[in-house]
Amino acid sequence: MRHMFLRFFSRIGFSVFASLIGALFALPLIWFLFAPFNARAELGLAIPNPFTLSNFVTVFNNTFAIRGLWNSLIQSVGGVIFVGVSATLAAYALSRSNMPGKSAVTYVLLLFSSVVSGSAAMVPIFLIVNSVGLIDTHISVILVFAGGLLPTAMFILRDFIDGIPKSYEESAMVAGASPVQAFFDVALPVIRPGIVVIVVWSFVNIWGSFLIPFILLRSSEKMPASVAIYSFYSEAGTPIVTLLAAYALLYSLPVVALYLFVSWKFGFRFFGGIKA
Amino acid sequence: MASVQFKNVSKSFGEFVAVKDMSLEIGDGEFVCLLGPSGCGKTTSLRMIAGLETPTSGSIEIGESDVTFKHPKDRQISMVFQDYALYPHMNLADNIAYPLKVRGESEQNRHKRAQEVADVLKIGHLLERVPAQISGGQQQRTSLARALVYPSKVYLFDEPLSNLDAKLRLEARGFLNHLQRDMGMTAVYVTHDQAEAMALATRIAVMNEGEIVQYAPPIEIYRRPATTFVANFVGNPPMNLLPVEAMIADGGISIRADGLSMDPLPVSARAAKALETGKTLTLGVRPEHLHIAAGGESNTISGKLFANENMGPESLVTLERADAARFTARIFTDDEIRLEQNVSLAFEARHVHLFDADGLRLPFDGE
Repeated sequence: MRHMFLRFFSRIGFSVFASLIGALFALPLIWFLFAPFNARAELGLAIPNPFTLSNFVTVFNNTFAIRGLWNSLIQSVGGVIFVGVSATLAAYALSRSNMPGKSAVTYVLLLFSSVVSGSAAMVPIFLIVNSVGLIDTHISVILVFAGGLLPTAMFILRDFIDGIPKSYEESAMVAGASPVQAFFDVALPVIRPGIVVIVVWSFVNIWGSFLIPFILLRSSEKMPASVAIYSFYSEAGTPIVTLLAAYALLYSLPVVALYLFVSWKFGFRFFGGIKA
Repeated sequence: MASVQFKNVSKSFGEFVAVKDMSLEIGDGEFVCLLGPSGCGKTTSLRMIAGLETPTSGSIEIGESDVTFKHPKDRQISMVFQDYALYPHMNLADNIAYPLKVRGESEQNRHKRAQEVADVLKIGHLLERVPAQISGGQQQRTSLARALVYPSKVYLFDEPLSNLDAKLRLEARGFLNHLQRDMGMTAVYVTHDQAEAMALATRIAVMNEGEIVQYAPPIEIYRRPATTFVANFVGNPPMNLLPVEAMIADGGISIRADGLSMDPLPVSARAAKALETGKTLTLGVRPEHLHIAAGGESNTISGKLFANENMGPESLVTLERADAARFTARIFTDDEIRLEQNVSLAFEARHVHLFDADGLRLPFDGE
């Protein structure tokens, strides 16, 4: 009997403790959901009274900020397409061919990729992009991101494709399909869950990145949202909390939408071979 | 349908030689099994017919035309894979009809044909499902349906039954046998299961270490195994093999070993030749040719009882000799066999196989 009480109370104690920790982590998120609708929002948590959309009206009137969202979309989607297509083709070739030294290639690229997207390489990257004449173009941002993300994307995808039996494409080819047909009809649909992971991962990476576009772009009408968000800071560097909160909510929506879409459509699961 | 020919085909992967200078002729309408332990080169040989591997040297012909370097899609073949290789994102109808799709058939024709084949294989009611939703046996039949949906010159099977449980395997084996009788297809079938090979093949090519050891009809392989390897591989349980001392005396071969008592065997030309250089031979007797000695038999082997396994219609009786060598008899009786500690097994002289020191069969004269 005593033993049961002990277990009962330790269970309650644990739940209370876990709830406290949960609440602690939930506070910033709740602020993030409430502040945009509060005309007098500050850094403290407060329930909006009255509930208003005036912050959003002000944000939507700021063309620089709204164009920033659009630019982010161009750069992210462009980068995702570039990374997705190249990584799929490269990973497929690396997985299926008998090219000697193919793992060495992947590992060396992987090693250098962490340099490309790191801040240490910003000066050489700026110089390269400048000498190619691509400074202040969306393409430059897309290319630099692709350079940074591709090796990791290839590495993840190659591992994924390695786990898919070759017999899929072999059976297609024996049945009369050309290698290209076998790739599109059979291999690609089976690889798709892996590609989806790459797409989401690279989208989130590019969408949230500040340094690379900040350095490579000059004109304000090309800046992405991650840079444009600084227009909601006063000259002295203090944030205008109301507008910042509203803009941050808008800024995070596409990523949330992408996650929801992918988990609804694909469910973030891998399906490799059929269990035999 | 067409014949298949290997002409001095070799295949190596780096240092490893998978297939050594293999020549093999598979006739039109023949069902040939490539039988051997894993790593013997049987699957590599099959994949070379399919075009999934390219020979290092030699050539392969399908129906008189050289296909050595042709792409698989240009060979007009079909193949059933060990893991079935069903496309997980397509339903069964699309899986079965895929070969027709790449041949540009209309969707209506494809699905009609898929339905016909699926009905024959008793999976016609599952066509809307995807592979993950059907059982292993149904997956196996789906992959078979995909191979049969279009006319091929050669049908290739890569251990298609090895992922099935024992009962389904027997059923599928019977169906394949029926199919072969029905269609008279040219088929090459890779397996490591000797029972499958015996049941299905018109000829069996027994392979070991990249070479064909014997290529003959199943009954020939069973009755006259060319080497101790074949003797040991075909048959369940395998042939009992025993090293013996032999010499020619009084116009016969007298054979001696511990616990063995035998009348002299007739001298054959090959045996006489083998005994010129040495006196160690290998004696072989199949388990089904042994019975419990009743007394008075002239050919017997005796030892201590090691195991007595009742299988229902038959029993396996194993004796162990002083040197730990074992001899198994397969006794066809549904009675329980009661045995003493010491057992004698008897056999007839006509069921004896002799192999020389290199393991090659010594045929009797007139064989």
